[in-house]
Amino acid sequence: MDSIISITGLSKSFGHRKALNNINLEIKKGEFVAVFGPNGAGKTTLLKIMSTIIEPTRGTVLVNGIESKKDPSGIRGMIGAISHETYLYDELTARENLVFFSRMYGIEKNKIDERVEVLLKSVSLLQRADDRAGSFSRGMKQRLSIARAMLHRPAILLMDEPYTGLDQHAAENFEHVLMNTGSSEVTRIMITHNIERAFGLCDRMLILDRGEIRLDKPKKDIGSVEQFREKYLSIVQKDTDAEGTGNL
Amino acid sequence: MMKSLYIAAKDLKSEFRTKQMLNSMLIFSLVVIVIFSISFGDLLSQPDMVAKLAPGVLWIAFTFAGTLGLSRSFAGEMENGCLEGLKLSPIDRSSIYTGKTISGAFLMFTVELLTIPIFIVLFNYNITGIIGLAIVIFLGTVGFMSVGTLLSALSASTRAREIMLPVLLLPLIIPVIIPAVMATGTILTDGGIGDIASELRLLIVYDLIFFVVGQLVFEYTVMD
Repeated sequence: MDSIISITGLSKSFGHRKALNNINLEIKKGEFVAVFGPNGAGKTTLLKIMSTIIEPTRGTVLVNGIESKKDPSGIRGMIGAISHETYLYDELTARENLVFFSRMYGIEKNKIDERVEVLLKSVSLLQRADDRAGSFSRGMKQRLSIARAMLHRPAILLMDEPYTGLDQHAAENFEHVLMNTGSSEVTRIMITHNIERAFGLCDRMLILDRGEIRLDKPKKDIGSVEQFREKYLSIVQKDTDAEGTGNL
Repeated sequence: MMKSLYIAAKDLKSEFRTKQMLNSMLIFSLVVIVIFSISFGDLLSQPDMVAKLAPGVLWIAFTFAGTLGLSRSFAGEMENGCLEGLKLSPIDRSSIYTGKTISGAFLMFTVELLTIPIFIVLFNYNITGIIGLAIVIFLGTVGFMSVGTLLSALSASTRAREIMLPVLLLPLIIPVIIPAVMATGTILTDGGIGDIASELRLLIVYDLIFFVVGQLVFEYTVMD
C-alpha cells in the first residue's frame, strides 16, 4: 500500500510551549489509525496540521504527494473532517446544510441534489431532511456531520473525538454509519479517549504524549484491548510521575 | 465570487428565519430616531434646523445598529465550530470575508430602508434628493461593513468581544462617517450629487482601501 500521508520532522510550538516535537509518521491508503493520548498531548494540533488549518513550525507534511504549504486548498479538498463540534448551522435544515457545504467543496451544481439525497439516506436522515439541524439530537447531528464530511468523497477522513456527547446507542449507530458511508479506500484517522470503541474499528494504534509519538503499532501486534490499556496507562503515568504531582 | 455569494445567502437565510439580529438592529435604530425626535421637539418645525440635525441622527442610528449586527456576525459562525468547518473547505479565506461583508451590508441596508421612512414621518421632513442619499448611504454602509467584518472576525475569538469590537471599530470608521455625515447634510439641504463629489470620492477610496485590506489580512485574523 502507498502512503497517503507522510509527515517528516514535524514540530509545532505555540510561543515557548512545544505542542509537537519531531513527529515522523507514514499513513497508508485505506488505513484506520486511532490516536490516543492525554489532554494536551498534541493530538488535535497534529490533526489541524494535517488538515492545513495550522502551519507547522518545522517539518513537512505530504498529503497524497502534495506538500501542505504549497497547496493547502488542494489538500483540504481531499479531506473530510468530523469533530465533537458538528460544523452545522442550526438554523438551516439538514438538506440546506449539505447543499451549502457541497457548494463550498465545489461539487457540480447538477450533482448536488443527488449526492445530498444519497448521503441523507445513508445516514438515515432522509425523513428529517427538511427539519432544522438545531432540532436534532446529538446523535442525529453527528450522523449528519458524517454526511457533511463525505459530500466530496474525501480520500482521508479526520475525526477528532467524534464520540463526545454520544450515548451508547448513538455511538454504535455512529460507528455503523461511519463504516458504511464512503469507499473502503478512505483513510481514517481518529482521535479518541474511548479505547474500547477505537480498538474495535482501527488497524493501527498510536499513542501521542507531550508532543511525541510514544507508541505506533498495528492492532494485530498489540493483542487485546486490556493489554493496550495497560500499555497506554504505563506510558502516560510514567510521564506524569516523571513530571511529579507536587504536594497534593 | 460565487462562494462568497453562497456564504452571504446562507447567512441571510439563517437571519431572516430567526430575525434575531434584524429585529435588534431595527429596534435600536428606531429607538434612536424616536428619542431624538422627542428631544428636538419644536425644532422639528424648522426645516433648516432638521437638515442640520438629521445627518448626525441618521448616522448615529446606522452606526450603532450596524455595530450591534457586527457583534453577532462571527459569533454565529463560532457556534458548533462552523467557522472551522468553513476553514476546512477548499475555499479562499477571502471568500468568507467577502460573503460576510455582503450579508452584513445587506442587513444594514434593510435596517436603513426601514428607518428612513420613520425618520421622514417623525422629523416631518421631505427628502428631495433620495438618489443622492441612497448613494451616500450605500457607500457609507459598504465602508462600515468592510472594516466591521474584519474587526468582527478579529474580536470573535477574544473573551471580551462585545467590548473589543466597538473599541476597535469606532475610531477606524471615523474617516467613513465624517464624509457620509457631511454628504448627507448637503443632500438634505437640497444639494445635488455634484455638490457632494469630494465626499463621494473620499467614501469610494476608503471603501476600496478597506475592502482590499480586508481581503488581504482576513486569513490572519481567523488563523488558529
